[in-house]
Amino acid sequence: MSELIQSSQVAGLSKVNDFVVKFANVNGSGSASANSMFAKAVFRMGIPISPHNIFPSNIQGLPTWYEVRISEQGYLGRREGVDLIVAMNEQTIGKDIASVVPGGYVLYDSSKVLANELLRDDVNYLPIPLKDICLEEFEKPAQRQLFKNIVYVGALSAFLNIDFEVLTGLVGDQFRGKEKLILPNIHALELGHHYASDNFNCPLSLQLKKSDKNKGKILVDGNTATGLGSVYGGATVAAWYPLTPSTSVVDNFSKYCQRLRIDAGTGKKKYSIVQAEDELAAIGIAIGAGWNGARAFTATSGPGISLMQEFLGLAYFSEVPVVLFNIQRVGPSTGMPTRSQQGDLLCCAYASHGDTKHALLFPATPKECFDYAASAFDIADRIQSPVIVMSDLELGMNEQICEPLNWDDKSQYDRGKVLNAEQLEEIEKYGRYLDSDGDGIPYRTYPGTHPSKGSYFTRGSSHDSYAAYTEDGTVYAEVMDRLTLKMKTAVDYLPAPEFSESTGNRFGLVYLGTTASAITEVIDDLAKKGIALDTLRIRAFPFHTSVTEFIDAHELVYVIEQNRDAQLKSLLKIECNIQEEKMRSILSYDGVLITAQHIEKSILESMQTLEESGKASA
Amino acid sequence: MSYINKPKFKHPQMQANDIGLTRREYEGTLTTLCGGCGHDSISAAIIQAAADMSLEPHRVAKISGIGCSSKIPSYFLSKAHGFNSVHGRMPSVATGANIANKELYYIGISGDGDSASIGLGQFCHIVRRRINMLYIVANNGTYGLTKGQLSATADLGSKTKSGEESQFDNIDMATLAIELGASFVARSFSGDKKQLIPLIQAGLTHKGFAFIDVISPCVTFNNTDFSTHGYKNTWENHVALSGVDFVPMREEITTSYAPGKEKEITLHDGSVVHLHKTGNNYDPTDKENALHHINEHKKQGKIATGLLYINQSTSDLHELQETVDKPLNSLSNQELCPGSEALNDINNTFR
Repeated sequence: MSELIQSSQVAGLSKVNDFVVKFANVNGSGSASANSMFAKAVFRMGIPISPHNIFPSNIQGLPTWYEVRISEQGYLGRREGVDLIVAMNEQTIGKDIASVVPGGYVLYDSSKVLANELLRDDVNYLPIPLKDICLEEFEKPAQRQLFKNIVYVGALSAFLNIDFEVLTGLVGDQFRGKEKLILPNIHALELGHHYASDNFNCPLSLQLKKSDKNKGKILVDGNTATGLGSVYGGATVAAWYPLTPSTSVVDNFSKYCQRLRIDAGTGKKKYSIVQAEDELAAIGIAIGAGWNGARAFTATSGPGISLMQEFLGLAYFSEVPVVLFNIQRVGPSTGMPTRSQQGDLLCCAYASHGDTKHALLFPATPKECFDYAASAFDIADRIQSPVIVMSDLELGMNEQICEPLNWDDKSQYDRGKVLNAEQLEEIEKYGRYLDSDGDGIPYRTYPGTHPSKGSYFTRGSSHDSYAAYTEDGTVYAEVMDRLTLKMKTAVDYLPAPEFSESTGNRFGLVYLGTTASAITEVIDDLAKKGIALDTLRIRAFPFHTSVTEFIDAHELVYVIEQNRDAQLKSLLKIECNIQEEKMRSILSYDGVLITAQHIEKSILESMQTLEESGKASA
Repeated sequence: MSYINKPKFKHPQMQANDIGLTRREYEGTLTTLCGGCGHDSISAAIIQAAADMSLEPHRVAKISGIGCSSKIPSYFLSKAHGFNSVHGRMPSVATGANIANKELYYIGISGDGDSASIGLGQFCHIVRRRINMLYIVANNGTYGLTKGQLSATADLGSKTKSGEESQFDNIDMATLAIELGASFVARSFSGDKKQLIPLIQAGLTHKGFAFIDVISPCVTFNNTDFSTHGYKNTWENHVALSGVDFVPMREEITTSYAPGKEKEITLHDGSVVHLHKTGNNYDPTDKENALHHINEHKKQGKIATGLLYINQSTSDLHELQETVDKPLNSLSNQELCPGSEALNDINNTFR
């Protein structure tokens, strides 16, 4: 063992609180909880982290990775290159070792000799006989397998200087109520820690140091926050069909409802969750409930969005509120079901046949997932139309550091324009689709409100202001024009864009959703090169007028997005009438989160081209 | 006929029901279906059934899919909200509506194309979900609105007006509903109001999923002598497994039957369904027996009608899910929002 270290030792990377640790595992081997324990320990040491799961569409036996970026500066995007790999998967070990940067480290299970071709002379090996340790220490086969993961976390605590008490505290939290599991887990951590301390110079020069950057912050994934936000937003009906990566939205809604939505007196439920037979039924149920005055949602991903198109058109045209969470994954078709993308912008913005347009919200952090989930129900009720919250797998299924979730107890739900029996009494003739206020939003009634007034026939076929069927083209066009006006009004209820403090620069960046994770780093890095950029984060569609103003005010904007076809750029062209020459695309669509390095490289190359062609000389 | 307005004339002799409403108040807009369409008889039967039961029209929600059948909700109970949704997807919309407010009556109207083809999946699953509603399929064996293609309920060998012959076995919606766990399953004929009206009343009153397959001939495209869904065949071959009377809860039971000639079924609200035996000793509470009778009749080219199956001991979705007594759509801000203190506790679990 020591021989090997000696033979391959090079000057190790010397970094404190600024590196990437990657775990390469076989899925179904119990590594997920050990790896997240590592991430959470670093979080509890006050150091910003961003963990990323890169997992297969499979239950057992295929490669899975867990990448943790540690960044004292708080850069929460992905970074290219790996500083320390925990190489636990023989299927991928060659590639995994190759991914380590020179001077980096390879922790591996030395119970089996490492093949010669896997030896690099520019990295450091950290061999730990994980299998042998577990065979000796544990009796049950399952424990022997599972505790290998805990032992390497224990070893990492010695290598990287993780506060051991933080780790044991985490074990206590994780197994609260299952006390029998606490001691063996702590024992496994100790085994790893001792082995590393006894056989290597610990800590390495790559190490952690307690910090205070996470004060008050939380570490949570977007889907948990979305499910919880739906509880706070007053959703009572959830209908869904299981689909990765959206499943945990409803799982979490269910979990928090069981805790927070049980009637104290009777023990009965103030919610209903229906696992439907498919996505068509899921959104049909949500629309039926929304029509009948309950706050309802469904959660899905690309394939489900495709199936829901017809119903989205119905909800748009018959003006029924419904909330849809789209946790985007890689398409087209089945695509890469467990990878992330922003590939559904166009198909959601104009979902369904005919002229349609839908309100989209683009959360970038778990906190925004919570806030937008809650407010989506207000917006849907207010505009009487579908609201699609466009999260993605990266945000939905990975834990991220963010500000704590908060709720203003003084806030009241906005149920929009709904007439009750008394209000109906005062009206001479009720018209479901009459634009009485001139904002394009008519007044609705719930079924059963009044014995003789307020009933109407909801339909996806052409109708007049009184909801009666019509094939009169003029009347149809009037309704369509009112819907255009309504979607203009809708902009006032949607989250406004977020701008950088800097203004007046020649170039700007436009982006949305998870792309945001890389932007601070891009701005800081480019500033060091003397390049200043203004930024605009889009948070909703249809676009706020300030989006057009921002683009108009710049010589050129880089539109950064995670899909092949520059869908955001297309939307900007269609909706804001922006010329192609004003925009340059920076795209990433390999299924993993876009990196600051990729964006910076693209900008620098583009600027050089501009300069060469003389366009940038001013 | 949609170019004329429906007359509002009310005959002075028209009798008001127990809640002071005349039959007129249960009507809808003027039909746009073909003259003689069986579907109009279904509307009329629903109007009569609701008026006789003294149902408050606005406490009903009418939901349909797409097709000739799905136009029916326009033609009855105009004081009730209606929702003409998406082809084959009425069951999901009805499910959502019912979940939102369990206090209304729900009438789903669909057709054989809507429920047996494009919406067969949704039909199966709403039966399984035990939604408390009345689901009527206006079954004519053909696609009327697209001019006469065969539907999946058309019997093997049945011919449409254009001469197209069904080469496939039909889907029997009633046996399917029984097999999937529907707790009230009936079959009737739009031409037999005497049978259809009490079945609608019993279906509306039944707590749970009530299904009525109504043979409702398409006069324009599927009413030939060779069509098993035409008037001729249905008149000649529909056999009532038992006669049905419905006595609403509030009415005193005055009718008397010879002993041994009838069976009484008391519904959950105290209403009573009387079944008159027709000599075959039919027991609609026996699932296997019901399926056996339907299939035996079919083998002989007969259509078994009447109340085919009833099971009053099942729970509906709300009971299964243990939802609160108040309708979900009426819960207030305070009843729904857990507040900031609870959220602060949850934040701590993320640290």
